[in-house]
Amino acid sequence: MRHLLSAADLDRDAALLILDTAAEMAALSDRSVKKLPTLRGRTVVNLFFEDSTRTRISFELAAKRLSADVINFAAKGSSVSKGESLKDTALTLEAMGADAVVIRHWDSGAPYRLAHANWIGGSVINAGDGTHEHPTQALLDAYTMRRHLRDGKGALEGVRVGIVGDILHSRVARSNVLLLQTLGAEVTLVAPPTLLPIGIETWPCEVSYDIDAVLPKVDAVMMLRVQQERMQAAYFPTSREYSRLYGLNSDRMRLLPEHAIVMHPGPMNRGMEISAEVADSDRAVMVEQVANGVSVRMAVLYLLLGGAKELSE
Amino acid sequence: MTTYVIRGVRPYGEAAVDIVINDGVITELASPGTGLGEVIDADGLIALPGFVDLHTHLREPGREDAETIESGSQAAALGGYTCVHAMANTDPVADTAGVVEQVWRIGREVGLVDVRPVGAVTVNLDGTHLAQIGAMANSAAGVTVFSDDGKCVHDALLMRRALEYVKAFGGVVAQHAQEPRLTENAQMNEGALSGKLGMVGWPAVAEEAIIARDVLLAEHVNSRLHACHVSTAGSVEVIRWAKSRGVNVTAEVTPHHLILTEDLVESYNPVYKVNPPLRRKEDVLALREALADGTIDALATDHAPHPHEHKDCEWGAAAMGMLGLQTAFSVVMETMVEPGLLDWRGVADRMSVQPARIGRVATQGQPLEVGSIANIVVIDPKATWTVVAEELASKSSNTPFAERTFPGTVVHTFYAGRPTVLGGVLA
Repeated sequence: MRHLLSAADLDRDAALLILDTAAEMAALSDRSVKKLPTLRGRTVVNLFFEDSTRTRISFELAAKRLSADVINFAAKGSSVSKGESLKDTALTLEAMGADAVVIRHWDSGAPYRLAHANWIGGSVINAGDGTHEHPTQALLDAYTMRRHLRDGKGALEGVRVGIVGDILHSRVARSNVLLLQTLGAEVTLVAPPTLLPIGIETWPCEVSYDIDAVLPKVDAVMMLRVQQERMQAAYFPTSREYSRLYGLNSDRMRLLPEHAIVMHPGPMNRGMEISAEVADSDRAVMVEQVANGVSVRMAVLYLLLGGAKELSE
Repeated sequence: MTTYVIRGVRPYGEAAVDIVINDGVITELASPGTGLGEVIDADGLIALPGFVDLHTHLREPGREDAETIESGSQAAALGGYTCVHAMANTDPVADTAGVVEQVWRIGREVGLVDVRPVGAVTVNLDGTHLAQIGAMANSAAGVTVFSDDGKCVHDALLMRRALEYVKAFGGVVAQHAQEPRLTENAQMNEGALSGKLGMVGWPAVAEEAIIARDVLLAEHVNSRLHACHVSTAGSVEVIRWAKSRGVNVTAEVTPHHLILTEDLVESYNPVYKVNPPLRRKEDVLALREALADGTIDALATDHAPHPHEHKDCEWGAAAMGMLGLQTAFSVVMETMVEPGLLDWRGVADRMSVQPARIGRVATQGQPLEVGSIANIVVIDPKATWTVVAEELASKSSNTPFAERTFPGTVVHTFYAGRPTVLGGVLA
């Protein structure tokens, strides 16, 4: 595998290899010297067209722990007022000898285009493209679920996952549905009908409009960020109504089975899709998700950049 | 003027004749080998009336880096066209007599096809005030087709007024049917695939709802409506229903909507980005059937050149549109003629007679008979060719058909009695 563009790129074996490798990487971070020499002399570029401090520093830390040289390239402009074109930026990075480009872009498919338009030769890792996918987020979510629900081993056969919120605009949901299906989990998406894409019935998951009916039946519930501005586009009447109907508060949390965990890809809107009590409760694993993100991204960089080969030499 | 003899050609694929052309007019249909004059060999080839395009973006004035009236005329002639309707969304917009006369005059100077300017319906295509329709109709350009193409005349009252107003000039409003609120930032057909790819969808209903409204408005004010680039099976049903009620509505379909489907978007290659977007297989089949049975009256290319940098980028940043003039006939050959949906008379009707009638271009779409103006395309249905994007006459190369091999070539084109293309190259 040269690129990681979509969770659909990963078959079960490839996904498990990443999760198992991530577990080894996690063991490393418990040591006092948290660094491997594996990617010494390799260059990883974080190419971020959209601000995302948490994802960028996660990739940055992952690359640095593998001893890669890291360049952070925050491309200016927005989808409205564009700066340099993606192509010219790519050619620049290619000339500088980037071995891997981690790209976050507002446009669905931009990483795919970067990987296939013959602009660059290195690996491309999708760090979130538009409303399309965010495969490393799905990997860290799967890793987190595996640790809590399957003792950190194997796949996720039979694990029941509820994903609640703005599915329509969520790259996290798309990648999670694909990866969780590959790993054998059963997914139920919960959202108001306005926030579900047309054609959802073709997705490999269940769909519900009723969070209260779903919560008692899941082992993990993932709350998605809902942007206030969606209200203006008539996706829901008010943020209070959304919160009442789909938010996870402490009353609702009691509907969950004892062992179930609460997840959120961040950043959270406390008081909107998740209440502060829930976010700060024992069941919430958001902080751990962040830590696992570094391990998973280390594993992805390591496997894509041929670190495994070097080790065996 | 030279007398030309198109030797041994089969008009509409029927019995071979020599078509004799004198002073711009067909003067004789002689027995093969007997016509006198400068002989153009066409043994076994097929003659049809020169094609008429109702929907061409020539980009001049304003974006001469993408196309000019000259380069677009060359592409048209090479595609077998003898008349194109130049869309109004230039810069400045063709919303005054001055702009349409300029386009018309340059078209005449180039002299490869009739360049018939389309006038804007509203000032600057803004959809708020009627453009000077009368001035454009009464100008030297004699505009008959009015369109805000690229934008929809979405205000129902303004559309009603436009439909009423053009009646005084024998005009037609050619509507780009796209409900704007339902298609904000839309990138591709809305369906399971747009959901999977995370792209904002362009739902079929956004086209169908406008066409449905407009046929009812046209009926109410008893005017003439033309639906541009119909792309969905539902639109076909609406138009079929309207025609059965006697509404004076005509419709066009593009070559690309007859052959390409939305799954190409999975490549994220913006060469497949077009408006209206590529649709489903079911839509493609319904459009072919509708063109065959006449529910859709005409083929129209929506030839839309874009400079390289507007396609060599990520999907969201890319411009919408594709080249069409030089590949249109081959697409019709592959999708309509070879499967038996249209015979040669049918091709002549959909690519020449009907578009000329809709655009009220009396000098075009005439039958291949003595006395007709000699606008003629000679095609070789047995030949095949492979599209090389950079070799197309257009100044742009955004064809979705690069490297594709097609049946059917345009061998000769005669415009007003004079060859513009001979042996597949500009004469």
